[in-house]
Amino acid sequence: MTVDTQHPPAARPMAGLDLWGVVVRLTDAPMRAVQRLLGERRMPYVFLLPNLAFFGLFVFVPLGLNLWYSLTGGAALFPSQRPYVGLQQYGFLFDCGNILDVSSCREDHFWRGVHNTLFFVVIQVSLMVLFSLATALVLNRPIRGRGFFRAVYFFPVLLSPVVVALIWKWILQRDGLLNAAITTLGGQKIIFFVDPSWAMFWVIFVSIWAHMGFYTLILLAGLQAIPRDLYEAAAMDGTRPMRVLLRITLPLLWPNMIVVIVLALIRGVQTFDEVFVLTGGGPGTSTLMVVQYIYETAFANQSQNFGLAAAASVVLGVVLFVLTLLQLGLGRRKAGA
Amino acid sequence: MRWRYALTAILLVSAVLFAQPSFAQSTVRIAWYSDGNEGEVLLDLLKRFEAANPDIKVVVDQMPYKAISETLPVQIASGQGPDIARVTDLGGLARYTLDLRPYLKDPAYWEKNFGPFLAWMRPTGDTQSIPGFMTQLTVTGPFVNKTLFEQAGITMPGPKATWDEWAKAAKAVADKVGAPFPIAIDRSAHRVFGMVISDGGKVFDDKGEPAVTDAGFKAAAQRLYDWHKSGIMSRELWGSVSGATYRGANEEFKNGQVVLYMSGSWQIAQFDKTIGDAFDWTAVPNPCGPSACTGMPGGAGLIAIKTAKDPKAVGRVMDYLASEDVLREFDSRALFVPGHLGLSASGVDYPSASPLAKQALVVFTQDVGSVAPLAYRLQGYPYNRVIFNAVISRLGQAISGEISLDEAYKRIDADIAQEIAVRKK
Repeated sequence: MTVDTQHPPAARPMAGLDLWGVVVRLTDAPMRAVQRLLGERRMPYVFLLPNLAFFGLFVFVPLGLNLWYSLTGGAALFPSQRPYVGLQQYGFLFDCGNILDVSSCREDHFWRGVHNTLFFVVIQVSLMVLFSLATALVLNRPIRGRGFFRAVYFFPVLLSPVVVALIWKWILQRDGLLNAAITTLGGQKIIFFVDPSWAMFWVIFVSIWAHMGFYTLILLAGLQAIPRDLYEAAAMDGTRPMRVLLRITLPLLWPNMIVVIVLALIRGVQTFDEVFVLTGGGPGTSTLMVVQYIYETAFANQSQNFGLAAAASVVLGVVLFVLTLLQLGLGRRKAGA
Repeated sequence: MRWRYALTAILLVSAVLFAQPSFAQSTVRIAWYSDGNEGEVLLDLLKRFEAANPDIKVVVDQMPYKAISETLPVQIASGQGPDIARVTDLGGLARYTLDLRPYLKDPAYWEKNFGPFLAWMRPTGDTQSIPGFMTQLTVTGPFVNKTLFEQAGITMPGPKATWDEWAKAAKAVADKVGAPFPIAIDRSAHRVFGMVISDGGKVFDDKGEPAVTDAGFKAAAQRLYDWHKSGIMSRELWGSVSGATYRGANEEFKNGQVVLYMSGSWQIAQFDKTIGDAFDWTAVPNPCGPSACTGMPGGAGLIAIKTAKDPKAVGRVMDYLASEDVLREFDSRALFVPGHLGLSASGVDYPSASPLAKQALVVFTQDVGSVAPLAYRLQGYPYNRVIFNAVISRLGQAISGEISLDEAYKRIDADIAQEIAVRKK
């Protein structure tokens, strides 16, 4: 088979009804006109324009609207009907005697959400990275049924967060599977969701269970990219396994670890659906996360405090932006190295 | 011959393509939620309406109550709502309602039969409009598992018993039979305010502004707090979720785990259908406090929305559904206490109800007569949802041990002031 590289498709003689050729001919003349008008160097922007318009409409316009809402008050929905209040909503959010003592804050639920989210992120991300790494290391070894175990660990990632939360709620409720097992073994039923410590424990556990497979996969890919000859050389030198892990595996896996840490951090800060369905933010507000605070302030039970919710969204957006910059920065350093 | 076949074919195709119905059909969209079988009853009634009115098609969007209370208000505010909606936050949605008077056959009939409840649906300052009607009148009150009392060998407290007497009896029963919930109250401040008013709570100050955390309120709040400490109420309902999230105990009651369940008349149909003869249950009059023995009135209203595309068609649908015969059948089949004064006076038969459900309907109908005027006033207050949200959110925090009751009182007052200020902007 030969390929005609000399003549692009539009220039080739058409055989029968060549639809592609018709389309190219139809667009050829106007595109040439645009190119004559703008010059060749500006043509890439013309091709990017449809995507930019789409992105702008569905990302930048809502962003701008959210920012505007955060500067307005009242309960009206349409921006034109909302009075401008400047930075008042941000003032309400940050009106705190001491941010470590939430009872001194005007918007105590917001700060409870911030504290809970920070606690959740620190513990969940640390444990997630640890467990993902351990699992990836095991699954990278030539064990029996390796393919099966890889699928098993990845399977929860395919489930919707709501389904995950409902499954675990069913397991953990008063008459759930776990309590049935406990009572069968002679123990007393534990009402997990009325105890703040248990509730937070299960929120973190379920989150790790649901997402660990994804991060394990990233680390597994990193492990498989490490040249085998390094391990062979280490084995010939009689290097101890722990030293191999610390001196070869972890340093070479570090770029993937950075990706996992930053992605898990961003995902952790955004946590909402699983926790909302599993504990509803309770008991009290012990598992209330920032995103749930935003949702409840705007929508739950006709709260309709859209301005305050938008201001909290902007604060959350800034945090996520910083985390994204961190990821980009580390990614560039990796590329530079 | 061939051209004749061709001509015939062309004529037939043209007839199909260009045939128009002899009338233009309007579509009326209703957003509806159900506690029991009322959705099925409505669809059945609407079939008859559509048969008699072929120019109107009625589409019923059945949705969960959570969507009605959280998604629908935003839809309506953005102008994307249905033409008619069945809602419970009548005051909160009053500003979006359509005044049906120009589209009704006989507005005087509506004034005469729905008069006292129309005030709940009207925007502030409006004393004339007719935005809709009550599909049911509800009143909060307790259900009791009679079988558990019988198994425990304990006599049920009488009609004028106090909350404390009921608590003592329910705890004794639960301890004896091993029921996990002596008393369960829906996680909703609406259920609590009957107790608050019975304890002497005034809710409003002399100027008519909310002044919730008075002595009566504190007495009721302290009682609820103590009940959670002593195990009379389980923290699973009030202490296990955050904010103003609703949690009912109807499933626990149906499973025979609750001795006394404080909910309301809307539960009768589902209890009748699902409990069957698993155990005997009954409704009892609202327990008493020092000031009253009242529950909270309420109910679901069917309101017309201002953005309705064809208000005339909406008026015809509403006229049909609110007519005495249709409403009588609706209430009778759905086991509802009527929110129609004519039907209240003449009474509604419930032939499909079991003896237990019939008895419960009698108790709740009598309870309507003993509802305190303040309870009606609170129900009609346009910002009542703000009060309810603040109370349940903060009491929930106190009960879960996150804040003290005193801190909860301060936060309730602050939350109410802040949220009402937002709405008045």
